[in-house]
Parts: sequence; structure tokens; C-alpha cells
Amino acid sequence: MNETKLTARNVDVFYGPKKAIDNVSIDIDNGIVTAFIGPSGCGKSTFLRSLNRMNDTIADARVTGEILLDGEDIYAASMDPVALRARVGMVFQKPNPFPKTIYENIAYGPRIHGLAENKADMDAVVESALTKAGLWEEVKDRLTDAGTALSGGQQQRLCIARAIAVSPEVILMDEPCSALDPIATAKIEELIDELKENYAIVIVTHSMQQAARVSQRTAFFHLGNLVEYGETSDIFTNPREEKTKDYITGRYG
Amino acid sequence: MILTGVLLAVIGLGLVGWFAARGRARLLYSGRGSMHSMPNYHGWHMALWIIVPALIAWTAWSAIMPGLVDGVVMADPAAASLPADAMHRNAIMAEARTLAANPDAAAFNPEARTIAEPLRAATTRYGLIGALIIGIVAFAGGAFGFTRIRPDFRARTHVERAVLGLLLLASLMAILTTFGIVASLLFEAGMFFKDVSPIAFLTGTHWSPGNAIGTDIDDNFGAVPLFWGTIYIGAIIAMVVAIPLGLMSAIFLTQYASHRVRRWVKPILEILAGIPTVVYGYFAALTVAPIIRDFGATLGMANPSTESALAAGLVMGVMIIPFVSSMADDALAAVPRAMSDGSLALGATKSETIKKVLLPAALPGIVAGVMLAISRAIGETMIVVMAAGAAARLSANPFASMTTVTYQIVQMLTGDQEFNSPKTLSAFALGLVLFIVTLVLNIIALRVVKKFREAYD
Repeated sequence: MNETKLTARNVDVFYGPKKAIDNVSIDIDNGIVTAFIGPSGCGKSTFLRSLNRMNDTIADARVTGEILLDGEDIYAASMDPVALRARVGMVFQKPNPFPKTIYENIAYGPRIHGLAENKADMDAVVESALTKAGLWEEVKDRLTDAGTALSGGQQQRLCIARAIAVSPEVILMDEPCSALDPIATAKIEELIDELKENYAIVIVTHSMQQAARVSQRTAFFHLGNLVEYGETSDIFTNPREEKTKDYITGRYG
Repeated sequence: MILTGVLLAVIGLGLVGWFAARGRARLLYSGRGSMHSMPNYHGWHMALWIIVPALIAWTAWSAIMPGLVDGVVMADPAAASLPADAMHRNAIMAEARTLAANPDAAAFNPEARTIAEPLRAATTRYGLIGALIIGIVAFAGGAFGFTRIRPDFRARTHVERAVLGLLLLASLMAILTTFGIVASLLFEAGMFFKDVSPIAFLTGTHWSPGNAIGTDIDDNFGAVPLFWGTIYIGAIIAMVVAIPLGLMSAIFLTQYASHRVRRWVKPILEILAGIPTVVYGYFAALTVAPIIRDFGATLGMANPSTESALAAGLVMGVMIIPFVSSMADDALAAVPRAMSDGSLALGATKSETIKKVLLPAALPGIVAGVMLAISRAIGETMIVVMAAGAAARLSANPFASMTTVTYQIVQMLTGDQEFNSPKTLSAFALGLVLFIVTLVLNIIALRVVKKFREAYD
């Protein structure tokens, strides 16, 4: 049905001498939302950040094993992390718009990657990204306002639009709603649901309800291990592992 | 002499009072909760009551005693021979004071010797009276403090309030001093502007205070060449050196340097900031200036001067590098990591991230740092004294010798001064201008920094 977009094989992640991820293997498919859940410190964000090599920016982080994007090893010497990150976008926990105008926030990525030939092209790219992120109607009359002047939920959708603007294949979201109120959260979830048609989406979340609402597959991490991975409906109604069951029934976490 | 002894005695008495009060409080102490304050606090309370009122009395007496002594001496028959004009008379009085303290000292005026004896007698008498008054105050304070030692007396609260007062006084000291400086600057500058029109001073282009006599006085106090020299050396040449180098070093240290490199380079840069400016001064005068002069000669300039704006400006720029670097370092470090993460996650390279996200975000902080650096550079004195020269010249030639506001202030206020001549007073007018400019620069810079901080909190 859906082809595999990302494949991890026996991945370990170390911070200095500390092992944060232990031997994780997982296939992530195109066209669906995959949720990573688990208690704090279980390594789900760490693993997410290794999928677009954002861990490279942390001085003593080290990744071993194999992560393949369309069959291509992203940690191979021939892989440019900069080019990789244009294909695997990321949305962070706290909205982090640049201290620039709304327009410039979106245009930043396309400009770096030379995706627009002229001003008209760029306008089209900006409009399309904002439209896909469901923000166009709200901001079209104030594109020159500062991105930081928007509300928290709008800022986060701006960050999603910013990621979409460089036409990635995968979008990684690291607890994208944890700093937002329920209404803004609902909007983002709606957006994620629409976006999954065109991208492989991976979302790390603390909220099991959110995982159940937006994802088709769920991976449960615990203490750096991938405990269970499967269809979201199975994980939440019929977990195979005792630990998963304990976690989703709220016995710990 | 007597008063110095009295001061020591008061402090000694305070010490005795401390032990006495603590001893008494200890006798009253009968276990935890039996007294509001621990015995030490009673000791301090007592000592404060002895020392503080006595110190106030001492200060007051020190202030009024010379007047009283002079009054007595002037009334003495021996003083009848003193000349009437105040200046001469004061000189004789000063000599007499020296003689009174040390009979073997030399004196030019024979009258000094005749009044030395009555002066000494009066000093001793008033000294003893003062000692008596201060002693009474100290004992009265001590006695009052001692009677208050009771289990329920809140000595700790009182002592802590006194400490609070002390801290407040300490923090006010710098502010009060600044007010004093401003007042004196304003006063002396006002005297200057009585003689010289402020417009001529601020817009005139000819500076030669030595020639200022008679009616053309306004024409010789045109300070524009000094302002130009100051700006050219401090705000232009020095900044051309300091801004790029400081900024680049901050970018390297915050973004590229490994932890180990940063651990070594940053402290070294900070040491650079601790070198006394006089050392930079002779580096500028003895090493850099001759090189610049020779360079000027190879460029085909006739008679290049040893002292040059360029030599002073370059060395000043180097001196300011650590300052700019550390301000820029702070500004870059204050940009949240989420900013650079956001940019990197879009596939921007590190240098694109620095150029397009970090630097713009840190810009207000960097600008503020540069303004503070400029205000430091234009107030810098030693380097320009040693390397820039004394010629008040309006020139854009960096090889020419130039002078600055600070240099001229030094010139006017060293050696013999007459405080009624506009030449000396001009130093205060220059100081006032410098003070206002640096004050404005600092205020703007601090406001910018504050606003910038708020943006990320």
C-alpha cells in the first residue's frame, strides 16, 4: 500500500559515553503519520533528531547503525547533511520563527536553496506554503509584520509553512503542540491530517490522545528502546507488550 | 593631631563597648529562645551607638575647628602685622600651620614665625575641646546602648537596619560623586563660557588657547579640530579596526571554535582588555608610529610626522577589540539556540545561518556594544597623549598628527594652572562636551541592550 520512506536498522545514539538510543530498527512509511510516544527521557526526540542529522549540531552526539532515506544511507560520507535537511524538514517544540517578517520567514528556505527565480515566483511559493499550512487567510494582509508578532499557534503554523516551503519529503515534528492551547492544538492536528497526503510525517508527542487522534502508526519508546511499533489502533486497544499497556493505561509516564 | 588620636580612641572604645555589651548579653542569655537577639548583635548595637554619633561629632568638629582657630589667631596681637590681601595672608597662614606642627620647618615669611606660637596654642586648645565633646558623645551613646541590653530588645533588627543604611550609603557614594563631578564641570565650564561664546567654542575651527588674549579670544577657542580629531581617531580609525576584528573573533569563538580553543582564546582576549592603556600608549608611540611614518615616507609624503592619527587609532582599535568581541559574543550567545536549529533544519548551512539569522538577531546587541566601545575610545587618553600629537588640525589625512579632546584636557590641567584664565577653564568645557557625548552614547546603548533582552525573554 504505502512505500517505505525511512528505514532505521540497528541504530544506537550516544551522548558522550551515555547511550540514549539502543538498537532501534523501524520502517516509516510515506503518506501516513507515525507517532513516537513514551515517557520523558525515553529517547524519542533523540531518535527523531537523528533522522535529519540534527544531532550533528550537538558536539558529542554520535549515531551508529544505518538510517536509509529512499534506500540511501543518510550517514554515508557522500550524504550532505545540509541537502538532507532540505528533504527532511523539522518543526520544533517551541515555535521558533526568525526575527524577520512573515514573508521573509517563509522565503528564507526557498531563497537559500534557489527555489524561486524572481519575486513573482517567490510570492507564489510563499502563498502556497502559507495556504498549505492554513495560515494564508489569517496573514495575507500583513505579510510584512514580524513573525514573532503572531500568536503562539499561528507562529507554529508559520514554522510548519516554513518547513513546507522548501518542499521536503519528510516532516519531523518534535512535540509541536506542547506550547500551545487546545484550540491552537486542534488546528495543528487538523493541518497534520491534511499534510500527510503529500509527506511522510513523524510526530513526537507526550499526549497519547494526540497520538491516537493524528497517527496511523505508533512507536512506543522506553529507556532508549523501541518497545512496540504497529498500527495505532492496535497499540491503543490491543498492545502486545506489558510495558506498552502499562504506559497507555497511565500506570506510569 | 589630637583629632586623629581621638578617632582611634573612639574606635577602641567601640571595641571595648562591643565586648562589654556582648558580655552583658551573655549573662542574660539562658538558653535558646530566652533572648530575641544573640549576644553578638547586642555587641554590634552597642559599638554602633558608640562609634556612629562620635564619628558624626568628629566630622563636624573637624569642619568647624580650622575656622575657630583662625579666628583666635587673627584676633591675636601678633597677627596685626599680617598683610591685608587674602591670598598673601593665606600663604602665611599655611606656612604657620606647617611651623606649628614642626618648628624646624623652613618659612619664607617672617610673619609666619610670629603667629606660629598662638596658632599652636589655639590648635591644642580647640583640639582638646573637640576631644572632650567627642568623648562625651561617645560615652553618652555607649551608655544609652548599654541600658538597652534586655532579653526582649531587638538588637538584631536595629543592627540589620544600620547595615542596610551602610549599604545604601555605599551605593549612593558613586552616584553622589558623579553629581559632584557634573556640578564642578558645569560650574567651571560656566566660568569658561562667560569669557568665550559657546557658539564660537562649538563651531570655531581654530584652536590655539596660548594666543588667546584680548578681544580675539573667541577666535582662538574653536574646538571643532579637537572634536574632529577625537572622532577621527576614536570613532573612525579605531572602529575600522575593532569592529570587523572583534565581530569576527566573536563569531569564531561562539560558532566555530571547539570547546578547547575557546577555553584558551577567550581568557587571552580578556587579558588583552586588562593591559594598562599607558602600555598601549608606548607601544603606539615607540613601535607603531615610526612604522606608520616610514610607510608614509614610502608613499611619497614629504615630512611625515612621527605622531599620527593612524598610529593612535590603530592601537586604540586593537585595545578595543576584546571589548567589541565580548559584547558581540554576549549578543550572539543570547540568540536562542532554537533560532539556529530552525535555520539548520531548513537545510541552511552554518555560515548561512550565521549571516542570515544569528547576526541579524544579534544586531541590536552588537550595535550597543559598538556604541559602548566608541564611548570608551573617545574618552581614551594615554594612547592619544603619546601617539597622536598636539596639533589641532582639521584634516582627513591619517598620517597627519592630530589632537583630541582628552589630550587637550591633559595639556590644560598639567603644570601651572590659573583657574581664572580661559585657557585652563577650557579643559572643563571640553570635559563637559565629552561627558555629555559619552553619557548619551551609553544611555542609547543600554536602552538598546535592554530592549533586545526583552525580545528574547
